[in-house]
Amino acid sequence: MSNPARTYLDFERPIAELDAKIEELESVLAKSGEDAPDAAEEVSRLRQKSAEQLRTLYGKLDPWRKTLVARHPERPHLRDYIGHLISDFEELSGDRRFGEDFAIIGGLGRLRGRPVVVMGHEKGHDTQSRIKHNFGMARPEGYRKAIRLMDLAERFDLPVVTLVDTAGAYPGIGAEERGQSEAIARSTERCLTLGTPLVSVITGEGGSGGAVAIASANSVLMLEHSIYSVISPEGCASILWRDGARAKDAAVAMKVTAQDLLGLKIIDKIIEEPVGGAHRNRPKTMDAVGDAIETELRHLDGLDPATLRQRRRERFLRIGRSLLDED
Amino acid sequence: MNWLSRITPPGVSKMFSKRDTPENLWIKCPVSGEMVFHKDLESSFYVTPAGHHMRIGPDLRFKYTFDGDWETVESPQVARDPLKFRDDKPYTSRLTAARKKTGRDDAMVIGVGRVDGVDTTILVQDFSFMGGSLGMAAGEGFLKACEVAVAKRTPLIVFTAAGGARMQEGALSLMQMPRTTLGVQMLKDAKLPYIVVLTDPTTGGVTASYAMLGDIHIAEPGALIGFAGPRVIEQTIREKLPPGFQRAEYLLEKGMVDKVVDRRDLPRTLGNILRTLLKRPEHRPATGGVPAARAPEAQTQPAPSQG
Repeated sequence: MSNPARTYLDFERPIAELDAKIEELESVLAKSGEDAPDAAEEVSRLRQKSAEQLRTLYGKLDPWRKTLVARHPERPHLRDYIGHLISDFEELSGDRRFGEDFAIIGGLGRLRGRPVVVMGHEKGHDTQSRIKHNFGMARPEGYRKAIRLMDLAERFDLPVVTLVDTAGAYPGIGAEERGQSEAIARSTERCLTLGTPLVSVITGEGGSGGAVAIASANSVLMLEHSIYSVISPEGCASILWRDGARAKDAAVAMKVTAQDLLGLKIIDKIIEEPVGGAHRNRPKTMDAVGDAIETELRHLDGLDPATLRQRRRERFLRIGRSLLDED
Repeated sequence: MNWLSRITPPGVSKMFSKRDTPENLWIKCPVSGEMVFHKDLESSFYVTPAGHHMRIGPDLRFKYTFDGDWETVESPQVARDPLKFRDDKPYTSRLTAARKKTGRDDAMVIGVGRVDGVDTTILVQDFSFMGGSLGMAAGEGFLKACEVAVAKRTPLIVFTAAGGARMQEGALSLMQMPRTTLGVQMLKDAKLPYIVVLTDPTTGGVTASYAMLGDIHIAEPGALIGFAGPRVIEQTIREKLPPGFQRAEYLLEKGMVDKVVDRRDLPRTLGNILRTLLKRPEHRPATGGVPAARAPEAQTQPAPSQG
């Protein structure tokens, strides 16, 4: 069922070792072709041990480990979600002003039959595609494309689904001179004025303004091991301690996990991941994300544009105010 | 510290010190190195003879922009340190230190008065309060300023100055981007002018939200304005940045701001813009650069109605 991960994170080393041992034993078993009940028993014992260790390990991931899982190269990305969840997908390109930005991909399609506009960050999965998608770090054109797609959604009364996975908006000369700040600000504004339902899921990294720009939604959901933060842990550490290596401390201090953010009432729901993280069972993860989006959209069905805007507005104005009562 | 401050008991020296008053009588222009007498700086709106616009706080900003007196409006209270954040020091002690240093609760200060005879709400972001950073208090301050402007049916002018988000409040700080954007929306719905004056420096989440959503964007000469800080960009692209990059004049050239205006001309420019947008009577021929002497005119026309 679950595909074993090819890339192990550092903290998964005990599991990697167990899995290697299992594989070795299995190949010996396969080669010998003889009955080796002892070896078979050992394999099943090791399998159980590996599964138990994985469950324990992932049951108590600290914020830094969650950051690493959120960035795992084999975690499902936007293209995977679209391929798995969206039928009749037609990609739409360009901002009609300057160019195309592959860091944000979007288009029209059906989510389990329901017509939607879907978009999100794409990081790429190998060197070539990562360069093409600029590691999921959008330039102004990406945000202006997002605005265009939201305009389209509003014109044809389609709900918008956004999947967020970015370290942040791209910090470069061209991005600055073409108005990165303005593009992000307008995209956030467009989210908030949208007259159709908007549901966002943070699937990996929710990095700062580059994430908020497409995540100022009616419902904001997070995958169990995703993170959402005002600055990357490395960036925070380099500012606070002039030492990016203290990213781990920054991740803890900034409260970047889905669980933290649910507690602070910044997000609405957490979508559970398979044991061992989204990358250990991609189809199951993507199904869970699809289910969650479907549920949220169903709750927003039939609401008129004014109500949708009003609810979005109240949702964001509430953030932080409730904490005052608990102070 | 001079010999006088060494021999004066702290309570006494405090009596004579006033906020926004420089410690030294002579201030060095960071551009030309020239020493400028503080009284001359005050009368030239803290623009040095070399044209350098020094950073100024809310009190001076109000004094230079409003015709005469103004009232300040309190910002709502917010939860204090909900993340229990600490780096080398706890966030709460950083907050306490900033409050002691500035005499303010946080970075946003709201004033209501008249600009060139037009009733106006002004919000000033105080860079000396933790780099003007946008946290929950600043976000609530911004929303409050928008509410005041809507309630009093005045334009809102925001003087931005910030390094960006307040990291010590984590994602709660990030949420001020959409929250302040909702404030801007309130002004737009009420058809009230929203003018942003970008001052040195304005970067990060502040630029990427309310600072770039103005009906009109004015920048002070030489102000650093951008999304990513220059250091971050240099580290990312591993190149030296071109001279003048992310400065006000560069943004003007790239089409991101409407005007770059000398601080001494700002009251006049703001007045012209507001009076025209609100269809107030035209100006008589100008007599000088400093508008403080101009008598406020009676409000003869109601603000445009909502619709």
